[in-house]
Amino acid sequence: MNRFLIPFGLFVVVVGFLAVGLTLNPRELPSPLVGKAAPDFSLPQLHDPGKVISSNDLKGKVWLLNFWASWCGGCKDEHPVLIHLAQSGAVPIYGMDYKDQREEALTWLKEWGNPYPVVAVDESGRVGINYGVYGVPETYVIDKQGIIRYKQIGPLRRDILEKKILPLVKELQNQ
Amino acid sequence: MRWLWVLILLLPSLATAYEAQPLADNPQVEARLKTLAVELRCLVCQNQTLADSNAPLAEDLRREVREMIAKGMSDREIIDFLVQRYGDFVLYRPPWKASTTLLWLGPFLLLIAGATGLVFALRRRQKKLADVTLSEAEHNRVAQLLSEGDNRP
Repeated sequence: MNRFLIPFGLFVVVVGFLAVGLTLNPRELPSPLVGKAAPDFSLPQLHDPGKVISSNDLKGKVWLLNFWASWCGGCKDEHPVLIHLAQSGAVPIYGMDYKDQREEALTWLKEWGNPYPVVAVDESGRVGINYGVYGVPETYVIDKQGIIRYKQIGPLRRDILEKKILPLVKELQNQ
Repeated sequence: MRWLWVLILLLPSLATAYEAQPLADNPQVEARLKTLAVELRCLVCQNQTLADSNAPLAEDLRREVREMIAKGMSDREIIDFLVQRYGDFVLYRPPWKASTTLLWLGPFLLLIAGATGLVFALRRRQKKLADVTLSEAEHNRVAQLLSEGDNRP
């Protein structure tokens, strides 16, 4: 009896570990930047390259920073969610056009709609590195003091928006 | 006909080979980048190092590291720069921390457990073998069989 019990016990433990492992997403890495100040940036605007958008201009309000690109497939998936959020007016979403071609980005926004009041252009991907971006789309929730409160890796979904982001935004806005 | 062969045989001599261009103008910078890049993980293709990967992000990060080296930053400072942004995951050698204790000690614990199990199993087997006693008749039979074996051509 004992002879089979030990291997069986080990088997159950291994299966348990593997079962938990299967539900984890290796692409979702915890960001060390959550709870820290959002890195500063000062970049040309997509629609008006002569103008600059700086992270300092956005202090004092809660805002979302959404890294996207016209070449990114996941960005199209989340786009309706962003449009919906922009229309609700709950929180402004600032776009960061990550390593993209200007013309293509403009066409993309024209075709699918523009949820952003302003889009910054991160052509070299440097600001992306400062924010620890490793796969677009990524979305950051930044509070009134300019602290990153949440990072969404991969496309935003309706349920994440409603369960996590909107309650957090409301809480931060009331602070 | 013969001149055609000569021509064909001479054809490869037209091909000229160049040494692979180093990625930066400064070979010292490149050497340091190489030693650093094998310690760092590409975050897009997670089982490749920064040195192996062709992902655009890896290229950008190599450029960034190259610039930091050129600025005279130490390896420690460069690694800290990346860890601040991407977390410990960017390191191929995770640091010793509370959350990584099991990672570092796990293999040794498994080794100890395995060795202990082996020692117990071997001891038990030895006891079983020692318990077998032979009668006089069995002893003679064994001796006979062994001598028969010796006589076999």
